Amino acid sequence: MNIYAAIILMTVTTYLIRMLPFTLFQKEIKNKTVKSFLFYVPYACLTAMTIPSILYATQSMISAAAGLVVALILGWNKKSLPVVAVSACATVFIVERILL
Amino acid sequence: MMTHLVYYLHVMSELRNEVKNGMIDSLPIAAGYLGVSFTFGILAVSYGIDAGTATLISLLNLTSAGQFAGITAIAGGAGFVELFLTQLIINLRYSLMSLSLSQKLSKDFNTPKRLVASFVITDEIFAVASSKTEPVRFPYMLGLGLPPIIGWSLGTFLGAVAGSNLPSSVNSALSVALYGMFVAIVLPPAREHKPVALVAVIALVISCLLYYVPLFDAIGSGFSVIITTLIAAGLGAVLFPIPED
Repeated sequence: MNIYAAIILMTVTTYLIRMLPFTLFQKEIKNKTVKSFLFYVPYACLTAMTIPSILYATQSMISAAAGLVVALILGWNKKSLPVVAVSACATVFIVERILL
Repeated sequence: MMTHLVYYLHVMSELRNEVKNGMIDSLPIAAGYLGVSFTFGILAVSYGIDAGTATLISLLNLTSAGQFAGITAIAGGAGFVELFLTQLIINLRYSLMSLSLSQKLSKDFNTPKRLVASFVITDEIFAVASSKTEPVRFPYMLGLGLPPIIGWSLGTFLGAVAGSNLPSSVNSALSVALYGMFVAIVLPPAREHKPVALVAVIALVISCLLYYVPLFDAIGSGFSVIITTLIAAGLGAVLFPIPED
């Protein structure tokens, strides 16, 4: 398969998946259950993407777990996104320095 | 005439401010993308795709899992149908996100604006946009999209050119940046509203079941996110409907 044809296929498919729901649903959805469902989507989705994947993202499961714990503590205490993200990275870096 | 000009300048500076706010909010996303797309660049070159083409893929697709799976499928000699299905299944979660986000947009977010803004809906940009309490406006979405596009494309290019010269310790540390952000988005509302916490716990349990129970081995990561989201958010909607405003 031609690489550029493949790229166009990937691009169009991915764009349509994003664009269609975003453009077609312009009116406010009134149904209470659907509204509630959409309200919970981000939390369910982000949790599903983070756990357990984060444990396998680094060179060692211990450093990843340490990064996750630090993120959980800072997140619980309502620290800002960059602060939590950078602290998690720093934790992984330091723990791997000690371990590896 | 003067008042028109003053009004115009006022509107312009407001727009600029919104773009700027969006860019500030997405800087951590851009930094995280730089690290992740670096590894995409390395992988692409290892599959015989040149740096320019790899960068083009990132610029046009702006999606991590989809691109990784996409070039793996291409390198494996997949046909159009297989490539299409791979993209559809892995990226289908975006339609849930864009549907959710479509309900949070400002009144003046018309169709042309939606056609443009939908291009930048990624896991992380969606996460930041949906964490806003006020309606999301078009200039803010633009600002939110720009740094990640640059980070994602630049990282791909650098990874493809530099190969695997970056210390693995740095790559490893960068790889938790996005997850850290997700945690920071979920926990504060979960602490305030018990139903949000319960939905997150349900999602955690289902996600782990799908990952660890051998029976579900055939379910890929993209599909697993969709299944988990549907069940956890669905249970949340039935058990704890949000009060009418």
